[in-house]
Amino acid sequence: MTTETALLEAKGVTKYFGAVTALRNVNFHVNSGEALGVVGDNGAGKSTLMKILSGLYQPSEGQLVFAGQPVHFSSPRTARNMGIEMVYQDFALAGNLPIYENIYLGREPGMKFGGLTVIDRAKAREMAQAHLDKLKIHVRSVDQPVEELSGGQRQAVAIARATAFDAKVVIMDEPTAALAIKEVGKVLDLIKTLKEHGVAVIMISHRMDDIFYACDRVMALFHGANFADSPLDKTSRNEVIGWIMGTKDHTAQLAHDRVH
Amino acid sequence: MISNNPALSKFLESYGIIVVIILMMAFLYATQPAVFLSATNLTNILKQNAYPAMLALGMFVVIITAGIDLSVGSILVLAMMCLAIADKAGVPWPIVLLIGPAVGIVCGLFNGLGYTMLKLPHPFIMTLGTLYTFRGISNRISLAPISGLQPEVRYPGQAFYSWGMLAPPAGIPVSFFLVIICAVGLWFFLNRTNMGRHIFAIGGNPQAARVSGIDVDRVLVYVYAICGFFAGLAALLLAGRMDSGFPLAGTGAELDAIAAVIIGGASFFGGRGTVLGVLAGVLIMGLLRNGLNLNNINPFWQQILIGLIIILAVYIDVLRRRAATRK
Repeated sequence: MTTETALLEAKGVTKYFGAVTALRNVNFHVNSGEALGVVGDNGAGKSTLMKILSGLYQPSEGQLVFAGQPVHFSSPRTARNMGIEMVYQDFALAGNLPIYENIYLGREPGMKFGGLTVIDRAKAREMAQAHLDKLKIHVRSVDQPVEELSGGQRQAVAIARATAFDAKVVIMDEPTAALAIKEVGKVLDLIKTLKEHGVAVIMISHRMDDIFYACDRVMALFHGANFADSPLDKTSRNEVIGWIMGTKDHTAQLAHDRVH
Repeated sequence: MISNNPALSKFLESYGIIVVIILMMAFLYATQPAVFLSATNLTNILKQNAYPAMLALGMFVVIITAGIDLSVGSILVLAMMCLAIADKAGVPWPIVLLIGPAVGIVCGLFNGLGYTMLKLPHPFIMTLGTLYTFRGISNRISLAPISGLQPEVRYPGQAFYSWGMLAPPAGIPVSFFLVIICAVGLWFFLNRTNMGRHIFAIGGNPQAARVSGIDVDRVLVYVYAICGFFAGLAALLLAGRMDSGFPLAGTGAELDAIAAVIIGGASFFGGRGTVLGVLAGVLIMGLLRNGLNLNNINPFWQQILIGLIIILAVYIDVLRRRAATRK
C-alpha cells in the first residue's frame, strides 16, 4: 500500500465496543483528489471506520495520520478544524432555514460581540452563491428554504456545507441512497467536481453503479478487517460484489448479472 | 390548489393575520362606533395587553425550538411577589426594578438546566413541574396581596404620556414603549445574530444544529432563561399597573401566552414564526376581550371564541405547511 502521498491515513486501527471487536487492525488511506469507494456488508465496520476518521469515535488501538502528521481527534470539531467533514445520510439540514444559512450554520460570518455574532447576511449570501457556483450547483436563489428543495438539491446543499470551509477530506455515507434515480447522476458529478478541486472523497455505497461511475479506487471491509483494495480499472462489479460477501477468486459462480 | 403552492403559503404566512386584525377592528368599530376608537379605550387596550405581550414574546422563543414553557404564569407571580416584598422592605427602587427580571432569569435557568441536564423527555415535564413549584414558593412567601408600591416601581406599568394632546386617562402607556423596545430587540436577536438563527435551526432540525457544531443544550438553557426574563418583565408591568403583588396573578397566563403565539402564526412544530405575528396574536386576543366587553357579551363567550380561534389558527398553519411542502 502506498502511503507517501496519503492525505489521511489510518494505521492498524482496532475498535472495541465492550466485548465486540468492530474493527481489527484496519489500514486505510486516501489521497488528495482521490475518490475512494468503501464497500462491505452490514456490520463490516464501514460506518465505525468513518466515525473514527471524522472524530466521532476514538480508536481503541492504532494511529491516524493526517498530511504526514500523527493526529488525535477528540471530537468531530477537532477533525473538522483540520478539514475533515462528514455528509450525513439524512442530509442533516434545517428545512426551515434558507440555503445560505444552512451552509454557514454554526460558522456564520459577521461581527463578534462577546459570545454573539451579528451576522453579515450580505456577505453570507455572496459567499454561499460563490461557493455553489464553484461546485456548479444551480439553485433558484440562496434564499430558498431547504424544505422547498428536491432530495438531490438537498444533498448538494449538504455537500456544499461540508466543503464551505476549505475541506480537504469529505466523508459521505450512502450519498445517493435517499435520492430519486434521475438525481443520482448530479450528485455523482458533484463528487467529481470536488475531486477536481483536490478534495479527497470517501464514499460508502452499496450501489456498484455509483462506485464505478465516481470512484478511482475501492476498498472492501469484511468482518471488521481489510479484505480487498484495488484501483477500479483493475477490478469488476462482480468481483467487488464478491468482496462484499467475503469471497475472492470464484466470483463467476456468484455473478447476478453477466454484463461485465 | 392547496398542495405545493408556495405563493399561497407565503401569503398566509405574511398577511393572513393582518387581514384578521383589520376585520376585527372594522367589526368592533361598526358595533361600537363611539367607544371603540376613543382614546381612552385604545389606551386601555394597550395597557392591558402589555404584560400578556411580554409573556408571549418569551413563550415565542421557546416555541421556536418546538418547546413549551408552562411555568411562565408561576414565574410571573413569583417575580411579582418578590419585588413587592422587596419594595415593602424598603429596598431602593432601582434594585426593586431589577428584581422582577432577575427572578425571571433565575427561574428560566432552572427550567433550562433541569430540562437539559436531567435529559427529560420533553420540556412539558420540566415546566409542568415548575408550574407547581414556583407558584408554591410564591404562596409560601406570601399568601396576602401586597399593595402600595413606590411610584418609581409603578412607573413602567402605570405611567403614560399624552403630551397635553389627550385627556388624562388617555395617552401612550410606558408599558407599550417597553413592549415595542423588547419586540424590536428580540427581533434583532432572533433574526440577525448567530444564536437567534441557531434557535430557529434547533426548531427546524435539532440534529442538523448538533452536527453543525451548535451546543444545542447550551442554547436551550439560554432560551428558557430568555423566556423567564420576559415573564419577570411582565411581573414588573402587572405589579405597576395593579400597584400590588397578589398571589393569584398569572393563573392560566401560560395558556394565554401559548394561544397568542399560536394565533400569531408561529408553528407549534418549531422553527417558524415572527415577532410581529406574536404581537398580532396578543392584539387579536386583546381586541376580542375588549370587543366582547364593550358589547356586554357574557365573558364565557371569550373562552369559547378564543378556543375556536386557536383551532382555526393551527389549521391555517397545517394548510400552510401542506402548501409549502412538495409532494
